[in-house]
Amino acid sequence: MQDGPASDIEMCGQRLCGDSAGALYWPAERILVVADLHLEKGSSFARRGVLLPPYDTAATLSNLAAVVARHDPRIVISLGDSFHDGEGAQRLSPADRETLSGLQRGRDWIWISGNHDPDPAVDIGGVFSDCVSIGPFVFRHEPGGGSDENEIAGHLHPMARVHVRGRTMSRKCFASDGRRMVMPAFGAYTGGLNVRDRAFAAIFEALDFTAHMLGPTRLYAISATHCLPD
Amino acid sequence: MKSALTQPAATASGDPLPPLFAQWFSKRGWTPRAHQLALIEKAKTGRSTLLIAPTGGGKTLAGFLPTLTELHARGGKMQKVVSTGKSVRRSEGLHTLYISPLKALAVDIARNLETPVAEMALPIRIETRTGDTPVSKRTRQRRDPPDILLTTPEQLALLLASNDAPYLFSTLKRVILDELHALVTSKRGDLLSLGLAKLFTLAPGLQTIGLSATVADPMDLCRYLVPQPDGGAAAADLIVAEGGAAPHVTMLEPGEYLPWAGHTARHAYPAIYDLIKRHKTALVFVNTRSQAELIFRELWDINDDNLPIALHHGSLDVAQRRKVEDAMGKGRLRAVVCTSSLDLGIDWGDIDLVINVGAPKGSSRLLQRIGRANHRLDEPSRGILVPANRFEVLECEAAIEAVAELAQDTPPLRTGALDVLAQHVLGAACGEPFGADALFREVRTAAPYAGLQRSDFDAVVDFVATGGYALKAYERFAKIRQGKDGRWRVTHPRFAQQYRMNVGTIVEAVMLKVRLVRSRSKASGQTGVIGRGGRILGQVEEYFAETLSAGDTFVFAGEILRYEAIVEDEIYVSRSNDDDPKVPSYEGGKFPLSTYLAARVRKIISDPSLWRPLPEPVREWLEIQQWRSQLPGPQELLAETFPRATKYYLVCYPFEGRLAHQTLGMLLTRRLERARLRPLGFVASEYALAVWGLGDIGLAVTRGQLSLAQLFDQDMLGDDLESWLAESALMKRTFRANAVIAGLIERRFPGKEKTRRQVTMSTDLIYDVLRKHQPDHVLLRAARADAATGLLDIRRLGDMLARIKGRIVHKALEQVSPLAVPVMLEIGRETVYGEASDVLLAEAADALVAEAMGQGLGARAGRSGQRH
Repeated sequence: MQDGPASDIEMCGQRLCGDSAGALYWPAERILVVADLHLEKGSSFARRGVLLPPYDTAATLSNLAAVVARHDPRIVISLGDSFHDGEGAQRLSPADRETLSGLQRGRDWIWISGNHDPDPAVDIGGVFSDCVSIGPFVFRHEPGGGSDENEIAGHLHPMARVHVRGRTMSRKCFASDGRRMVMPAFGAYTGGLNVRDRAFAAIFEALDFTAHMLGPTRLYAISATHCLPD
Repeated sequence: MKSALTQPAATASGDPLPPLFAQWFSKRGWTPRAHQLALIEKAKTGRSTLLIAPTGGGKTLAGFLPTLTELHARGGKMQKVVSTGKSVRRSEGLHTLYISPLKALAVDIARNLETPVAEMALPIRIETRTGDTPVSKRTRQRRDPPDILLTTPEQLALLLASNDAPYLFSTLKRVILDELHALVTSKRGDLLSLGLAKLFTLAPGLQTIGLSATVADPMDLCRYLVPQPDGGAAAADLIVAEGGAAPHVTMLEPGEYLPWAGHTARHAYPAIYDLIKRHKTALVFVNTRSQAELIFRELWDINDDNLPIALHHGSLDVAQRRKVEDAMGKGRLRAVVCTSSLDLGIDWGDIDLVINVGAPKGSSRLLQRIGRANHRLDEPSRGILVPANRFEVLECEAAIEAVAELAQDTPPLRTGALDVLAQHVLGAACGEPFGADALFREVRTAAPYAGLQRSDFDAVVDFVATGGYALKAYERFAKIRQGKDGRWRVTHPRFAQQYRMNVGTIVEAVMLKVRLVRSRSKASGQTGVIGRGGRILGQVEEYFAETLSAGDTFVFAGEILRYEAIVEDEIYVSRSNDDDPKVPSYEGGKFPLSTYLAARVRKIISDPSLWRPLPEPVREWLEIQQWRSQLPGPQELLAETFPRATKYYLVCYPFEGRLAHQTLGMLLTRRLERARLRPLGFVASEYALAVWGLGDIGLAVTRGQLSLAQLFDQDMLGDDLESWLAESALMKRTFRANAVIAGLIERRFPGKEKTRRQVTMSTDLIYDVLRKHQPDHVLLRAARADAATGLLDIRRLGDMLARIKGRIVHKALEQVSPLAVPVMLEIGRETVYGEASDVLLAEAADALVAEAMGQGLGARAGRSGQRH
């Protein structure tokens, strides 16, 4: 057991800790992983005349700060789509920039490139990479690498839907079959894709995986066969 | 087809009619009615007027007579063409604008107006303009407008949001607003009031004529029709047409069996069928789509005479609905089973009976529905009420008394919504650039906005410009901006385009089309391809679809259907062989029991001397209640507690409608949770609320550990409400509508962007973020204002809590009381609400663990255990 709202998820013999906020912590290596922050999504929409509240970056970073404070990781990996678009990093407000560099202080920070932010950004600290391998795991943005890999990825924004006692509930979730994992999107403006969507069929064999749905104090592990399609 | 202009004979009075018109009337064998002539007189004095007249009173013709006579007097000099500098238009231009809440009504009225115009050879051009009008015709209408244009509030907004609006409307003499009583109760009424304010600016001599059914306070509508002076009030004149014979309303004698609960009124179908058989044409009104579906299907099951009985509700395909309306107009139908979708619209001549199944909900609503059978003013319209359960018997009895007194309970005039104002401000910037001071003054002349504060107006302008955020991040992305002259205009033509695509205030619950496909043999794996290309049956709300799982059956379009899958914005269904649909889906109808009727119901229950007209089983039910527990007094709140099986129940009887009870249930369970009484759920009906849990609520009260006065204290509308609103799905649904109307996010159109389903998600996220970072944002204020009267009915709950303060009566019982039975029976039939979703998720997850992953019943077991 660990402190804070979280549940264990076992992968490749490693004990990983699924944080209720939607982050993954690997205690043995003190690595914290988050996926799909989509920072500056609000301002990205604003550029097109959809003036969404400009508080999403602050909200996402504040959630991230809470997770970092909870686990005090040695390394933070942001699994791609960290910014909603290629110019997102330039639009960071001074205050948000300050928060980000505060989070990076005293630890390594790895930005994995994503389809929304394929190129390294300047002035946001950290190092950039397309993918990294640590221990048994490969960390990359889009899932679906070689079949012999143990992969932790993001990109798909998994969510699961279940029906209990006449009520349908949807939550973001970690989707994992013990060898591969697709992480939930962490950003304040990120929605979800149902794990029964066929995008997940390309990654997991049939429905032989578990959706670890996010709850306020723990995760709820539900077999994919019990998750409802849309 | 008898048209809306049909004119039964009536007494005459003095004659301000031009000879041509007088001849036309007499050639038809008609005599002009007093109110028709009075309206012509009013028009001559230039006064705006509200005409209140019953259905069948020649109301529409009355509204048009002043215009027809004026245009007749003007004669044929209208052919002259002049240049306006911007375009060419005829010298006379647009004379009269007619606005109707229904597109179909505008089209029908136009068609019906052609008769007198043709028969009197009047030199008048009449055209309609709706969403279906081709672009070429719309363009021509701007350049070369007709004398009379019939349109809708949304089309008026579009016409105003262009720079040729001053040219188009400068000649306007009159606006006729039809079905005004229906328009003013919604945001469409707000939008129209802003459009009217603008018309008064563009055409200062403008006169308005409002046509309305009887309402509780006609002065509200009179003020709506004229510009309100700063700080004062002005009102149009009022003409009330003579009423026809008083309606004749009775309750269907319940047979031996009168249900305790439920809304189907299944016991009465043979009697309803018999009534249809014995009448020429009947309208069978019900409160919800699913009721309409059920009755329609079951009537056909017993339709041995093959009577032509049709179905009409708002979710059916438009073409299907028009077909039914046409058949009805041609007198080919014996009955139509319908919802409020037929509350408005064309009068059909030959309806001789209105059957209202279920709760009447309100006196005015019932009067209007029964008025549909009132084509001949001198004969009483006949209405028969069919209660579906015992409480509805009481409501029907209250409604019959109210109708006998012609009591009205329409709601008071709305306060103009800020999201609608935002839409109007963007529209204003799309036309000629506006000055903020002048627009503010103009907006305040609209009655719903007469009390608008300058700070709110400025917040709305700021919202339209850059989002209205405290964090000034979007100056460079502004949608409207002030020029050097201080006037606001759109910064880019695409924002004008955006406005035009999103105009209107009707934000339907996201609707999914229902497509009939061939059944998949087995439901497996991912959402796969099912045979496409089936027929579209209509549409259902997304939130209804979300409660379905593959294999569930429900009734729609008169058939029992099996839910297969959701594919993009369609739900796929197949025909089912089930006899009994699994998902009952009683959505309760849009309208709660009116406060007025509720008070009358409470009075009847509390006073045994008023029980005499009630059917025997109902009297007996109340007598046993009196003996076993007690009768709730007219001002009291009776709260009963009792144990049952392994749980403890609290049942109370506020009679404030399901929406207010639902909100109350949410807040009570929060408080009981804090009191460690471990509430598990609740069920709300129109009349009562039942909450249950593992803790003994009654014992806690009698021991003084729980105070009912504190439990029901008004302060629940403070912090508890706030913290519930943070996560309430109903509040998020409300906010979504605000975001669309105000133009924060775009309306969805088929084929545009991905699927509709993702919008709901994203406004929820916006709501969460905005609520946390700027809780006083103008859109959140708009959402709260809507929640007060809309899906959460908070205002009514607040009024109730104030009323019962110090008047809560606790009755600790050993077992369920007779009065509690109906709401107790709803448990399991209705969705069980509650906050305990995480408890349920944990249960599902733990069950799975216990049953070794994927082998057991898990989530599904819990579910089938709950549904019946």
